[in-house]
Amino acid sequence: MKNKSLVSITDFSLEEILKVLDRAKEFEKNTNQNILKNKVIATLFFEPSTRTRLSFESAINRLGGRVIGFTDPSSSSVTKGETLKDTIKTVSNYSDLIVMRHPLEGSAKYASEVSSVPIINAGDGANQHPTQTLLDLYSIRKTQGKLENLNIFFVGDLKYGRTVHSLLMAMSHFKPIFNFISPERLKIPEEYKMFLDSLKIKYFEHESFTDIISEADIIYMTRVQKERFADLIDYERTKNIYILKNEMLKNTKDNLKILHPLPRVNEIDIDLDENPKSYYFTQALNGVFTRQAIISLIMGL
Amino acid sequence: MEKFKKMKVSAIKNGTVIDHISAKDLFKIVEILNLEKVDNPITFGTNLESKKLGKKGVIKISDKFFLDKDLDKIAIISPKARLNFIRDYKVFGKKDLKIPNEIYGIVKCVNPKCITNFEKITQKFEVLKKDGEVALKCKYCGKITHKKNIILT
Repeated sequence: MKNKSLVSITDFSLEEILKVLDRAKEFEKNTNQNILKNKVIATLFFEPSTRTRLSFESAINRLGGRVIGFTDPSSSSVTKGETLKDTIKTVSNYSDLIVMRHPLEGSAKYASEVSSVPIINAGDGANQHPTQTLLDLYSIRKTQGKLENLNIFFVGDLKYGRTVHSLLMAMSHFKPIFNFISPERLKIPEEYKMFLDSLKIKYFEHESFTDIISEADIIYMTRVQKERFADLIDYERTKNIYILKNEMLKNTKDNLKILHPLPRVNEIDIDLDENPKSYYFTQALNGVFTRQAIISLIMGL
Repeated sequence: MEKFKKMKVSAIKNGTVIDHISAKDLFKIVEILNLEKVDNPITFGTNLESKKLGKKGVIKISDKFFLDKDLDKIAIISPKARLNFIRDYKVFGKKDLKIPNEIYGIVKCVNPKCITNFEKITQKFEVLKKDGEVALKCKYCGKITHKKNIILT
């Protein structure tokens, strides 16, 4: 894993994924360590994402590393028309590792081809967000005690939701059953169904919540975003179908946990926050440990 | 039978015959090979009877032989096509096309938000669905470009 870029979750083998999760567990026990002393890590956010950036920067700071970078492209040379290639070539001279978020899909892979230091993809458009996936896996394993043979529900925007796509691919190592609940226009894309078919993984598609959620081990909620709808009436009609409320969890399994990559808007009713089955805030905390693990392993520490 | 076929599209002395093009793909092949810009004598036939394809197209180009890159282009559009190399009115070689596992350049990624449509990058695709229609999976953004959406670079 040393010096390896993390662009897509498929860059890591099953063994490497488990190594990250084990290392994250160590960081959870002992969060503040000085192992990144004298290391400089660049965080390049070509589009703003406060939550992801703070999580990375918290992870780096807790390991004693230094951070350089920008939080918004309007304050960088990107506005002068510099290509991604030139930005990456330059910044890789100044740092030991680059964490990048970019609105264009495939940008992180391209960056990894031109960079002399490893790249960690912190989200490239609707494509991949592998560190989110690893923290999701960490959260699933921690709450379920295992990753194998789980029934996982994905709810909301399954078409553009990259966290869904990456997690689906990662979970495919562990004999899951998937249930997809989404509006017609935000269904899971064909390429992911082809991927699941090729592995003979069972999945079911639904257009709304039904009693079927009583079989869930994990419900992974996502935001149905207004901007995905051309027609506002269609959006207004759709959005309320995909809200999870406390009373809906009545007949669900004891081990069920509700995950959400955050930020949440209204898709999880706040009355669910006190339910022990809600896990999204702890999930966000797990993100720091998981990113500590990823960074330290890529730095060969 | 052989004679009958020759009457439909006249024979050439030297060059290449692209045969067994499915009729609907003929003009796409003309486009991707950029035949519009070729000065050599070219004859086309389309909607010709074919036992294999129902209706087929054929292109005969005098004094021209193609590069492997061109063959890949033809294979992506019309995988059942066959090339006959003609010398002195006789076929001296035939070549069935093979769809490559990967293609570089040639095709634009269909995804408007793909980095390859913004910076000068050679596109890379994995070729999926080999038996039926061709689908190209972008190695950068992961999106699939279907045959009907293929635009050449």
